[in-house]
Amino acid sequence: MTLRSDIQARAAQLRVRFEAAGAQVVDTPLLQRAGTLLDLYGEDIRARAYVTTDALRGEQMLRPDFTVPVVEAHMRHGAEPARYTYSGEVFRRQEIDPDRPNEYLQVGYEVFERDGAAAADAEVFSLFALQVRGLPLRAATGDIGILMAAVEGLNTTEKRKAALMRHIWRPRRFRSLLDRFAGRSPVPESRRKLLETEGDLTGSAVEIGKRRAAEVQARVEALREDAKHPPIAENELLALEALMAVRETVPFATEQMRDIAVDLPQINPALDRLDARTAAMKARGVDVDNLDFEASYGRTSMEYYDGFVFGFYAEARPDLPPVASGGRYDALTRQLGEGEEIPAVGGVLRPDLMLQLEEARK
Amino acid sequence: MTLKLGVPSKGRLMEKTFDWFAKRGVTLSRTGSDREYAGAVEGVSNMELVLLSAGEVPRELAAGRIHLGVTGTDLVQEKLPRFEQQVEDLAEMGFGHADLILAVPQFWIDVDTLDDLDAAASAFRAAHGHRLRIATKYHRLVREFLTDAGVADYQLVDSQGATEGTVKNETAEMVADITSTGETLRANHLKLLNDGLVLKSQATLWRSRVAKYGTDEKAALNTLLDLLEHRK
Repeated sequence: MTLRSDIQARAAQLRVRFEAAGAQVVDTPLLQRAGTLLDLYGEDIRARAYVTTDALRGEQMLRPDFTVPVVEAHMRHGAEPARYTYSGEVFRRQEIDPDRPNEYLQVGYEVFERDGAAAADAEVFSLFALQVRGLPLRAATGDIGILMAAVEGLNTTEKRKAALMRHIWRPRRFRSLLDRFAGRSPVPESRRKLLETEGDLTGSAVEIGKRRAAEVQARVEALREDAKHPPIAENELLALEALMAVRETVPFATEQMRDIAVDLPQINPALDRLDARTAAMKARGVDVDNLDFEASYGRTSMEYYDGFVFGFYAEARPDLPPVASGGRYDALTRQLGEGEEIPAVGGVLRPDLMLQLEEARK
Repeated sequence: MTLKLGVPSKGRLMEKTFDWFAKRGVTLSRTGSDREYAGAVEGVSNMELVLLSAGEVPRELAAGRIHLGVTGTDLVQEKLPRFEQQVEDLAEMGFGHADLILAVPQFWIDVDTLDDLDAAASAFRAAHGHRLRIATKYHRLVREFLTDAGVADYQLVDSQGATEGTVKNETAEMVADITSTGETLRANHLKLLNDGLVLKSQATLWRSRVAKYGTDEKAALNTLLDLLEHRK
């Protein structure tokens, strides 16, 4: 059993190291406005965060992570560029697995910088790799920016692309949208009828609720319009599927993706950025030749990363969550920044898991 | 000590439960006045009847304060995480059938599937500035179902009664509720989504895996199980 005081001591030690790397310490409130998190993550966050209420401030959540409050703090009064570190408890509601803690310490390091994305990505990754050096961990990396570039450049309507982009982080719905836009899934009977009929279809049903008949009609028009467009071409679809399945060491993954880029040329700029990052990581001494790269990595984490992503996993303990994880979240700063935005990359460490793995080795 | 059986204290569910046990040679009855929640058991010695509200049965089973309990699958799954580890279903009782479903206004001719719902929710949020509201009292089940299906841009609003009316009152855009026949839905101008069946539920006899079973409780349970087995 790892002592709480040991975990706190390790957290403090890690934070000092992050300070030495140039970060300033930030502290964020434990209670956060639920509205912000719900707008960002949707109802799913309720399964992960504890909600409390009072008559004055309404719904609040016990901080489920630091990313959102740190971004908010930076957007309010941060100088540029900025590096931040923090350590403190996060709270995660557990409804399925009683063995998972609902409260644990995280230590983080975040970089907000306009230029030199590749250098900042490499800085964050190698700093985390240094902290967990010696532990039996496997590093996983990915880049959601490549998949996003692939979708943005598809030869199809803007509406279809927007629908796919909206579900980048929900692989199952993404899959079913892709099947529909490629004409692979059968058209439901109800949809077929709707498309075969012309004119207004409101019929005899009573109009009730806040979603009005005009909105229903607008979507019917949109569906009819969509039906006029050809499905996504087979070669594009196969290339996209091949891209999502890439899982190799960095050099081989890069090679595979350059091959795929023959059919999906829109991913070349994103691959150039990957090359720049790989070079920057190599320069920092990362063994990129043996580093794993998965093109679909980071799509299910609910963190809304939109570029480089990474995680360090205990190989012998698949039951444990990652000991360290992080990534780039430029779009998040745009959403929280009310008109402002700044490229950002960062990650968190779990001192409790580090100690647990160290003890197990003794 | 006695084997405690928790049964819903009111209405048709209680009567049907009493009938179900009677057919199997166990007579359950209420004792005292109608307002007093006490009961009696004949046919199995060392067995005790505890009357409580259907909603409390899962919690009491999970706490081990009752050994057996009658309630719907819906309530057990909504209230007990990893319910299979806390309770075991001994018998589906063949009544109290109810489906937890998603329903939208009939005039939404563009929405018949979860795929449609997701697209409509996205457009709704853009037009109205808030997420599409679903009125329900089954928050966990509905959220898990929609997360699994990858539906976004919705929010659950709590409704503990008259849920079907929330759409007309504009406190929700659609509902997730229990229905047995669908008549209430139709009367409120709502229709089912084709793939919106969250859960099929019926009254079920559950056994707590947590409760303590001494010699007396074990003997009573075995007698009861024999009687149930006999009728199958």
